[in-house]
Amino acid sequence: MDNYIISTKNLIKKYGSKIVVDNLNLNIPKGEIYGLLGPNGAGKSTVILMLLGLTEPTSGELFVLGFVPTKDPLRIKRFTGYLPERVGFYEDMTSAQNLEYTALLNSIPEKEIPRKIDECLDIVGLKKDKNRIVKQFSKGMKQRLGIADVLIKDPELVIFDEPTEGLDVEVANQILETIFNLNKEKNITFLISSHQLNLVQKICHKVGIMSKGKMIGEGNVSELSKNMFGGNKYQVEVEIIGDTNKVIEKIKSIEGVKTVAITENTIHIGTDVDLRQNISKIITNMEGIILTKMNIKDFSLEDVYLNYFKEV
Amino acid sequence: MKSVLTIYRKELADYFSSKKFLILLGLVYLTGLTSIYVSIQNIRAAAQSSTDAFVFLKLFTTSGDVLPSFLYFLSFFIPIIGIVFGFDAINTERSSKNLSRLLSQPIYRDSIINGKFLAGITTMTIIIGSIVMIIAGIGLRVIGVPPNSEEILRILIFIFICICYGTFWMALSMLFSVVMDKTATSILTAIAIWIFFFFFVQIIASAVANAIAPVGDNATLATQIKNFNIDLGIKRISPAYLFTEAITVLLVPSGSQLFLRAVTTADISNMILSPLSLGQSLIQVWPQIVVIIALAIICFAISYIVFIKQEIRST
Repeated sequence: MDNYIISTKNLIKKYGSKIVVDNLNLNIPKGEIYGLLGPNGAGKSTVILMLLGLTEPTSGELFVLGFVPTKDPLRIKRFTGYLPERVGFYEDMTSAQNLEYTALLNSIPEKEIPRKIDECLDIVGLKKDKNRIVKQFSKGMKQRLGIADVLIKDPELVIFDEPTEGLDVEVANQILETIFNLNKEKNITFLISSHQLNLVQKICHKVGIMSKGKMIGEGNVSELSKNMFGGNKYQVEVEIIGDTNKVIEKIKSIEGVKTVAITENTIHIGTDVDLRQNISKIITNMEGIILTKMNIKDFSLEDVYLNYFKEV
Repeated sequence: MKSVLTIYRKELADYFSSKKFLILLGLVYLTGLTSIYVSIQNIRAAAQSSTDAFVFLKLFTTSGDVLPSFLYFLSFFIPIIGIVFGFDAINTERSSKNLSRLLSQPIYRDSIINGKFLAGITTMTIIIGSIVMIIAGIGLRVIGVPPNSEEILRILIFIFICICYGTFWMALSMLFSVVMDKTATSILTAIAIWIFFFFFVQIIASAVANAIAPVGDNATLATQIKNFNIDLGIKRISPAYLFTEAITVLLVPSGSQLFLRAVTTADISNMILSPLSLGQSLIQVWPQIVVIIALAIICFAISYIVFIKQEIRST
């Protein structure tokens, strides 16, 4: 238990008779970027609120940084940064003033505050906007200021609720890159809740997929897809003109091919390694068969995700 | 404790740089200066007709032919000041999405509400205290009569009651800011309650009293007293009325005794208008002061409890 930054055991949260979080077991070791994924209303935000001690769990065990959130909320909050889904700042204050307020609330010695503000604003690339009031900031800038706001307390754990929500792809990627670098350089543990998988999957070491309060899949992206698609990491799609049955027979004989299926005139081949060269060689060597199209898909988290929710 | 101080300092800075503070301050100063002008015009006549030696207090209580006295203005403005400093305390934090960020800092949740409350009281003290001091200063210069020690004490207690009364209104509107999500709803509710207490309770009181015990041309004394008691009983539901009673007794030492109310105008001429001592004045208004303070505490306690129990979501 001591090795984990976050550790929950049979965590349950009910609102009235409605179960929002159902028997959640979550273990996040130090230095990991963990993506908590799921559609809206899956219970992600409730989990986060419980981690911060803002909501009491109905039953189950919960440790954050070795403390129980409902008993020692202040100690957890001192070393845990939380960036809510839509972060707000005091609009009439400058970015530096906003950060100063956070620093004071975290009892950071007043002498160190100006240096820390500069340092944090530099990390998120807002140093030149130090003395601008937040009202003039764009959404992406506010999100970056939010990261600076979290960093000012030198956190061990940072919890992001939908960090890329409502941002355009470029800005979202910048934010994710910042997260990635921070994790690398400062060994900060991150818990990222999101429903935008294609963005988040790039930086997560491990993801957990939640649906209706339950954790329905956990692991890194390739592990998840292995469970999902019968262990095939790649799917090759081939379109040909000619006798498809003959081709299928041939393809089945290639070493490494796991599954072969056909829809209309497309052949789907499931494999563990990239077999495009072998497949194309065989097809082109056959007489009377013309290869018109060939495609390879490696399963992204999105496929994993969509597939999970098809089953649920 | 340190976090309360941090929040207090920040809120205080916010209040002082806010437009609503400047507008209120300007408004209060303007009416204060108008009323001191009016009272200086009329104070000679007022001082000659009275029997006591509290000339200095008359600066605050003398009214003109058209314009009312400073006391009346103050009883009108204090609730507005209180409401304006409280109505958006919590719900603005929530709608600007600052609240969940604030609550993820290592502070207890009550620090937020405590800090804001203290900052509001401080600001209100500054507004009320400064205008009373300004009036006293101008008055001293113009009428040339220095206040005696009892008058100074009465003025200080008067300021204290004003602040308690303002605190009650601030606590009430802060309660609405915790319960209601929209600032517009919370300020309108608070103002509606103020209007009810300030205007309607008086109308209702006399209407009910006249319905139960109508005072005709040849009504008996008993009916008159009954009418008066019903009227007074209903009026005293209103904190605004209690406040008026309290400050009138304090600042008008003679002729405002609550236990010796004149039923008819003829009775007034029969009364011996000698001033009460400060102790006696205080004994008279003690219940009023206690009720005002208790109401402030109750409102604050409810908003405190509701806020602590509230679930804070970021969306």
